[in-house]
Amino acid sequence: MSLEPTPSQTIGPFFHDALLERDLTELVSPDYPGAIRISGFIYDGAGEPVTDAAVEISQAGPISFEENPNTLDGGFSDWGRSGTADGGRFSFVTLKPAPVPAADGTSQAPHVNVLIFARGLLRQVITRLYFPDEVAANAADPVLSLIENQTLRETLVAHDEGDGSYRFDVHLQGEDQTVFFELAG
Amino acid sequence: MREAAGHPPYLYPDYKSTRLRAPKEPPVILPKALSDISGPAYGHGRIGEVDDDLTRQHEGEPLGERIIVTGRVLDGDGRPVRKGLVEAWQANAAGRYTHHKDQHPAPLDPNFSGAGRCLTDDEGRYRFVTVKPGAYPWKNHDNAWRPAHIHLSLFGSYFRSRLITQMYFPGDPLFEHDPIFQSVRDPKAQRRMISRFDLETTEPEWALGYRFDIVLEGREATPFERPHA
Repeated sequence: MSLEPTPSQTIGPFFHDALLERDLTELVSPDYPGAIRISGFIYDGAGEPVTDAAVEISQAGPISFEENPNTLDGGFSDWGRSGTADGGRFSFVTLKPAPVPAADGTSQAPHVNVLIFARGLLRQVITRLYFPDEVAANAADPVLSLIENQTLRETLVAHDEGDGSYRFDVHLQGEDQTVFFELAG
Repeated sequence: MREAAGHPPYLYPDYKSTRLRAPKEPPVILPKALSDISGPAYGHGRIGEVDDDLTRQHEGEPLGERIIVTGRVLDGDGRPVRKGLVEAWQANAAGRYTHHKDQHPAPLDPNFSGAGRCLTDDEGRYRFVTVKPGAYPWKNHDNAWRPAHIHLSLFGSYFRSRLITQMYFPGDPLFEHDPIFQSVRDPKAQRRMISRFDLETTEPEWALGYRFDIVLEGREATPFERPHA
């Protein structure tokens, strides 16, 4: 049996009480050794911050966790959600993910999946955050390699702000538009 | 592609907010072998006792037409999505959201927050008790009104299953005037967003029932075919 999907519709402007009532921004406790912060701003095509978006991330666990799933004793979630009411800014506390083996036998550089929902987006946009201190792994990454233009590729690499903080701004539209993905059918 | 499957495009100029938010550069197509296959084990926390009953979250009962909304969440193969998180939010019976940015001059209802959630059962079934949301005006164009709808957020088994949609009610005269509904161009796909009245779900002397089945993207990988030697 093959069923046609229910169409996507915009999240609209009024989702906060339902989707953001609980704090889902910490995938791990900020006190956990090696915890990092990833944050950034969402901008529209006029360069204005998008203050009514919902940002969801999902990712692999850290290397220690992938090697021994009991390392974190359930203290790590692979998914998080943040609003952007703070001037268009989202923010998460997480652990740096391990490289991901792909079905074709290659390895993908450590990355975080990022989904953005907002008023004016009739369906979510899908992008990825890569890490600036993974130059060799990024260069060999089969997904980044799909993007020929180096400048565009750079839109997916976060900036190291020191102290375990990474900044990843997303431009939905315009000259600096972030690269978005569509999943093959 | 997504639009061929009935999803709306990013840019639908009649819905004004898409004009500055829709990406205009073509997306990079992520081949199946490279995309993350499984969905996240989202940490949704505990589901509270009245999370799925929006009429019992306050001291008194909300005003409006009490309804039951239920259906199954299925994947592209028609298999039930089990223990899937369903989140719902909506306006009250007068067409007003509790959100501070909703300035529609219709009354708030102190007994209605309009937010709920539940997990699907082993058959993929979800069920909410709520009141029928009212239509409400918005500033998209002159005399613009949204048809009554309930927002639904769903997780499935696969990364690609993630869906946020809106469930509409049958026979709404506002469909043809609503650019968000009309952003889905295929009439057959439009019908997949409309619930149907269901007498079997309806409970005598108590609440009208609406059925709304939801199909998420993603299906089991096709088995590899042995190449001809």
